[in-house]
Amino acid sequence: MRIGLFVPCYVDAFEPEVGIATLELLERFGLTVEYPYDQTCCGQPMTNTGCHQEAAATEALFVENFSGFDYIVAPSGSCVHQVREHLTAIPQTDEVKAVRAKTFELVEFLHDVLKIEALPWAEFPHKVAYHSNCNALRGIGHARPTELNRPFFSKPLNLLKKVKGLEIVDLTRPDECCGFGGTFSVFEPGVSAKMGYDKVTDQARAGAAYVVSADSSCLMHQKGCAERLGLPQKYIHIAQVLNGAAA
Amino acid sequence: MSADDLTPRQTEDVLHREVRAPSDESERGPGGERLQHAEAASKPIRADAPREPQPRGAKVRGNRPIDQAEAAERFLAAPLHQKAHDERLWDVRRKRDVAAHGIPEWEELRELASQIKTHTLTHLDHYLEQFEAAAKANGVHVHWAEDGAAHNRIVLDILKKHGAKSLVKSKSMLTEECGFRHFMAANDIAVIETDLGERIQQLDEEEPSHVVMPAVHKTRLDVAEVFARTLGTDPDNDDAHYLAESQRETTRPLILQADAGLTGCNFAIAETGTVVTCTNEGNADLSGNVPPLQIHSIGIEKLIPKVEHLGVFIRLLSRSALGSPITQYTSHFRGPRAGTEMHMVLVDNGRSERLAMEEFWTSLKCIRCGACMNTCPVYRRSGGLSYGATYSGPIGLIIDPTFNKRKYSTLPFSSTMNGSCTNVCPVKINIHEQIFAWRKVLAEEHRIPLLKQGMMKAAGAVLSRPAAYRAAIQTADSALRVLPRFAVYNPANTWGKKREMPHAPRQSFHAWYRQNRMKKETDA
Repeated sequence: MRIGLFVPCYVDAFEPEVGIATLELLERFGLTVEYPYDQTCCGQPMTNTGCHQEAAATEALFVENFSGFDYIVAPSGSCVHQVREHLTAIPQTDEVKAVRAKTFELVEFLHDVLKIEALPWAEFPHKVAYHSNCNALRGIGHARPTELNRPFFSKPLNLLKKVKGLEIVDLTRPDECCGFGGTFSVFEPGVSAKMGYDKVTDQARAGAAYVVSADSSCLMHQKGCAERLGLPQKYIHIAQVLNGAAA
Repeated sequence: MSADDLTPRQTEDVLHREVRAPSDESERGPGGERLQHAEAASKPIRADAPREPQPRGAKVRGNRPIDQAEAAERFLAAPLHQKAHDERLWDVRRKRDVAAHGIPEWEELRELASQIKTHTLTHLDHYLEQFEAAAKANGVHVHWAEDGAAHNRIVLDILKKHGAKSLVKSKSMLTEECGFRHFMAANDIAVIETDLGERIQQLDEEEPSHVVMPAVHKTRLDVAEVFARTLGTDPDNDDAHYLAESQRETTRPLILQADAGLTGCNFAIAETGTVVTCTNEGNADLSGNVPPLQIHSIGIEKLIPKVEHLGVFIRLLSRSALGSPITQYTSHFRGPRAGTEMHMVLVDNGRSERLAMEEFWTSLKCIRCGACMNTCPVYRRSGGLSYGATYSGPIGLIIDPTFNKRKYSTLPFSSTMNGSCTNVCPVKINIHEQIFAWRKVLAEEHRIPLLKQGMMKAAGAVLSRPAAYRAAIQTADSALRVLPRFAVYNPANTWGKKREMPHAPRQSFHAWYRQNRMKKETDA
């Protein structure tokens, strides 16, 4: 099985530990993981702003880098959502379609493809608020969102359940958007930051020592908001927790 | 630990404790339980100290693109208003969840409603003709209006023919679209709104900020101020009962003396020619049934084929809107009372054009419940007036550009595209996907700011060239300039104003991989 690791641009630049944890975690399950060296980005910043034409070359590069793998795995719900749902600025050849269909977010890859049963190395004895990234939650179906009258399920929480000592705390608004929203965060900074402040205040009030999420972009926004408000909780990607990060 | 222990639960607490009233003065039932009025909050929320002027909406300058972000900043700068607004609407969203989750077949109902609308809209010509024939057979005068101006002229002609000088009306978003009140004022017709929230907005000369709760952005103190100024009430008395009763006492005589009455329409039933209105105040009944001349304004997308389909929508409407099982009044207007005339005006106003838009026609399924607004985190923090349009919130973002692509070109960007709106929509409009699709249309037609498009072009150029990308992200500072997800090159640094900057790691993942893994490969 050939696995291609996609490390999104902002993980590459700002949160390299998340990429390292993802790589190590996949290797713990005996997988051989390749990292295509010329990778950059999935094209999301451009398409989310409506600029599909401006995204075409980046999308083509993505397909060039990841063509031929059995699975492409990335630690980001929003980038996987982009690849799967919105990588449409280039002609949809069989190659492009195959890459799009084979791209998985880390949690769903572990949960649905590997169907992992145990994480014996993982221990995280802390109170945790889980943050559902909106694209992971409502876009690629990580969990049942609160709006829908369907039986509850949550892939990330099923995985976190296997982590020794981890305790989940309840939020007033468990799956409300944190306000990052890609370029929304810079084009509408007032509302974006207020949403972030409300989110991190909710987490602090719930007694969370850590906030865990499957998306570094939301975490980066929330971390920036929490630091500005002087709140104590820390932010960590689910890949790190599942890989056995001590704290 | 069982799976249940990890299942997150929404807690009952409010996020902003500053606006939680210290005591609950709500009316009590015989058993001492809090009475839950259909439109009331499930917990008392108030924003009274320090007294804060009400923030006003977007600055509208002709056809110039609306600056929603600017108006939102002013709303945020009135924290008590913003917090009360957010808590009030979040409470409605939570009540909606409880109501929706109480119906086992809820998701099937949504699907059914969506399909009924799909069928009706794709056979709209047929159902409109059926409706017209049925209404005429009921003795109703049926009119067709191509746009808002035609609607207003038709109604004015009817009024003139009867020598009517005053008109009472119930809330109707369609008439807001048409600029009805302003037109009638210019033609010396006294229009009186009978919905309490809409009346507050009329007296304050402000547009409604929400399709179901027109004055939800106002606090009790704001209403006390408006009523003191316009109705002569005691400016220091913000007791809700006092204010509601004062409005009722001053408006009731106007209803009884009105020459004509007008209602909007929630559902128009093709097989029977019936107009159905849903209200909690009974004001559509007063507007329709009291005056000797009766007019109903109907958007052509309001059609449903048969009475048997109505139940599906009635079950969804109020649960989605307010979390109550049904509106207090569901009224069927079918034919004129003895000795009076009934008119129905079927209005297009851009709907046919929208019906032909491949990516956007399903927005015509909207039943105006406002659930997408209540759940929208951006709407709750910016207020409905910040959109500077008849329709605000998520549904507004996808409908408004069909009315005016230039003026509303900015609105589809006032969203994080989180998708909650789509999930609460009772007729399953893919709202957040249409927001995404609108952005594409607007960029292709160069209707987004040049600066924004230029930045995306630059980002695309860097992100499609590995060497350029590597050079750009060597330091966190330079990465912040290049990676548009965080901080597009921006001298004002809008990221850093409100948030701490991300801390620069020692090296990128890429550099770590080269150092730790590629070296290994070479060694091996």
